[in-house]
Amino acid sequence: MSSELEFVYVTYIATTPEKLWQALTDGAFTSQYWFGTRIESDWRVGSRVSFWRDGALSDSGEVLEYTPPRRLSYTWHVEFHEEFRREKPSRVTFELEPTADAVKLTIVHDQFEPGSKVFAAINGGWPKVLASLKSFLETGRGLAVAGCEAAKPAQEQAIAEAQRGAASAKARR
Amino acid sequence: MSQPSFVPKTVYVTYIASTPVKVWAALTNPEFTRQYFFGCSVELEPKVGGAFVLRMPDGAVNAQGRVMAWDPPRKLSVTWRVELSEEMRKLPECLVTYEVEALDGAVRLTMTEAHQWEVPDAILSGGRMGWPAILSSLKSLLETGKPLVVRLEPPKEMLEAVRRVTATG
Repeated sequence: MSSELEFVYVTYIATTPEKLWQALTDGAFTSQYWFGTRIESDWRVGSRVSFWRDGALSDSGEVLEYTPPRRLSYTWHVEFHEEFRREKPSRVTFELEPTADAVKLTIVHDQFEPGSKVFAAINGGWPKVLASLKSFLETGRGLAVAGCEAAKPAQEQAIAEAQRGAASAKARR
Repeated sequence: MSQPSFVPKTVYVTYIASTPVKVWAALTNPEFTRQYFFGCSVELEPKVGGAFVLRMPDGAVNAQGRVMAWDPPRKLSVTWRVELSEEMRKLPECLVTYEVEALDGAVRLTMTEAHQWEVPDAILSGGRMGWPAILSSLKSLLETGKPLVVRLEPPKEMLEAVRRVTATG
């Protein structure tokens, strides 16, 4: 059973859909902005996705959709922490839309268990990863902020509430 | 005097390779805001209770309100009434807060849009479309010297909802 929890984040990046796609799917690129995380997959639908950090498997998943350079989706199972590992996999979807002189990137992370602890953690993590991705593509350098600390509880709650609102608004369109 | 209670409805967090002083300048200086805020100039009286105006390139007022928190370079909070139409002017004002925090290697910027009424999601959709474009452009401007040119469609869903709410209210 999955819950209503949903994280939605939009950013605009001065790049091309092809370069952004490569940055999302090629481990040589992810390791430069994703705080040392190397993504690995043959990107066939149904294939495994692995995230390696400091020589250990941090997260894993399965490719759900691979439509370059428009839409990428995989399941997400946190491996690096026991409390998170108990939860069933959630789902991450990236959508890339070219605009005048930037690419609009929308990320939706959903299908969490009710009361998911992973959800709380990713709320703090994604804005950092995506800000670093934008810096990497626009300046050649990712950000040097520390990795995956969770958002502050008040912020987390506000984000969760805001994201639920955004999700229901989206569902009605 | 009882303060209305504002509940956060939209939060946007980003990280910028910059300093709090530079991020603060980008938020409060019209020379900067014109470059990333759809051409709008911010006008702020630098004190709590001071006037806040967001002015469009043609001089018309986009939004205005009062400064509720002024703590450079950490926190700026303003009440925000959209003045783009007669109908929008009738809506309860919201509260927009920027928080700027220095971390190792980057500045965390948190924008919170809080409301004092049961605001429909359709009305919130306007800000949820706009803020990511504005703050993405702000980040680009500070990191690369160049803002983004993002053109958004008019927020039809929001405009229709504003019409419905103000017609019955």
